[in-house]
Amino acid sequence: MTKIECILRPGKLEDVKEAVNKYGIHGMTVTQVIGCGLQKGRTEVYRGAEYSINLLPKIKLEMVIPDEDVAEVLKIITNVARTGEIGDGKIFTYKIDNAIRIRTGEKGDEAI
Amino acid sequence: MTKVYSRLVMILTTIFTVIPALAWADDETAEAVVENTISAGDTSFVLIAAALVMLMTLPGLALFYGGLSRKKNVLSTIMYSFFAMIVISIQWALYGYSLSFGPDVHHIIGSLDWIGLKNVGLDPNPDYSATIPHNAFMVFQMMFAVITPALISGAFAERMRFPAFLAFLVLWATFIYDPVAHWVWGVNGWLRNLGALDFAGGTVVHIISGVSGLVACIVLGKRKGHGSVPMLPHSLPFTVMGAALLWFGWFGFNAGSALGANGLAASAFVATHLATAAAALSWVVTEWIHHGKPTTLGAASGAVAGLVAITPACGFVEPMSAIIIGLIAGAACYLAVGVLKAKLRYDDSLDAFGVHGVGGTWGALATGLFATTAVNPAGSDGLFYGNPEQVVIQLIAIASSWAVAIVGTYIILKVVNVFIKLRATDEEQESGLDITQHGEDAYTDFVLSASMNSGFSGLKESSTVVKPMM
Repeated sequence: MTKIECILRPGKLEDVKEAVNKYGIHGMTVTQVIGCGLQKGRTEVYRGAEYSINLLPKIKLEMVIPDEDVAEVLKIITNVARTGEIGDGKIFTYKIDNAIRIRTGEKGDEAI
Repeated sequence: MTKVYSRLVMILTTIFTVIPALAWADDETAEAVVENTISAGDTSFVLIAAALVMLMTLPGLALFYGGLSRKKNVLSTIMYSFFAMIVISIQWALYGYSLSFGPDVHHIIGSLDWIGLKNVGLDPNPDYSATIPHNAFMVFQMMFAVITPALISGAFAERMRFPAFLAFLVLWATFIYDPVAHWVWGVNGWLRNLGALDFAGGTVVHIISGVSGLVACIVLGKRKGHGSVPMLPHSLPFTVMGAALLWFGWFGFNAGSALGANGLAASAFVATHLATAAAALSWVVTEWIHHGKPTTLGAASGAVAGLVAITPACGFVEPMSAIIIGLIAGAACYLAVGVLKAKLRYDDSLDAFGVHGVGGTWGALATGLFATTAVNPAGSDGLFYGNPEQVVIQLIAIASSWAVAIVGTYIILKVVNVFIKLRATDEEQESGLDITQHGEDAYTDFVLSASMNSGFSGLKESSTVVKPMM
């Protein structure tokens, strides 16, 4: 099993979710996060005082999937989430030891 | 002999029956006079205006300032306005009104003859308002006394401890607001005798609150982290709502100061509205040129700046003059807040000075420029209508209000600080004043787990000392 963790533009979440759903992946966890990378921040002005906002809002999407699906899912996410501009985000993958469905006690691929 | 007796009896009876009847007749005519002088229209207008001015403090100013503060300080910011309403209403009835409007003592202060609203009844007091009950005038003025110290709170928001605020509130109202209100509005107050024009409170309300705010923010020092930690308004929609309620309530403040449902009230209403629109426009355009974006906060702030500036002038100026006063007010206050404050590096948290001090000073001066007896025969002509002396009088009024606000506020804060610490500690500021001063949190959506402390054991166990979350 592999955990895929991707940082996305907030506006791309629905597209990515729909695309992986269509492929057959239904379980995921979504978090609103802020962070910084290559993308520069933006400037906000309050009563003439300028503030540079360095940490920008992003979406973190996590899912655990069977190893054989990883290559295809990564391709889907990369294609759907890409705009070509700085700030499109990143994808990280991790090896997962085990997964347990709390309700039934099922383990491994069956649990995800 | 019997004749004499019977005559005497007749005379006495006549006297004893006729005199009370005469007295009755006297009473009746007196009552008739009183009934005639109280105008239903004026009274209802002034009472509604008083309620409108009440709305300016709560929720108007509370939301305006609350939205500008950070999440962790919104309740403490609201509480400053809330408690100004609570405490000053009572202070005003106990002795504040008497000090401000009571019979004059040496042109400086009112006497205590009206303490506890003694002699403030249902009959009009022709010295102030001949057509409304005296207590209607009193309660209308009460709302002014309430909002003035609440305005100052914008300057020291996010860092003044609540107990110190309470002490400051009462002392400031007693030693600064009440005397200055007497100087300008009280019968035989020295500025009133001098001929200073202040229709609805440019000097009394805005200059002294704004300038006192400047003194307070300097005495208290900058907020912890000022200049390094971002201190952004946490809810601009709150601020816009607050500004809109201020604008709405201000019609009561300004038009209501005519103390009658008449042409002067309508004229003040129109001037107020036009100046406000003009100031909002000029603030936004100025910042658009200066920073490249027209902001919502700019529109809200500009509107308030215009309201402040037109306050002393609204009952003396023509509509086109009101627009000019507003246009200058918006740009001037923007520059005070956006440029001057950054240069001078004082931390006026929510710009009480930049808006009320600067706007109020401009308004008081502008009254001396644009006033005309064509609008208000009881006023005077200003510089542009051939009376340069009025500018000098206005400058004296401005200088004396600045002086009393600076000296008085400084002394009061220093005295209070001896007994009750003014400034929240760095740790308290980091945790936020809501938790540390009031033991509550405005936005509880992140509290995932809490256990209920029930009954008496709860009181014992959950000692209200809150440690900073660091």
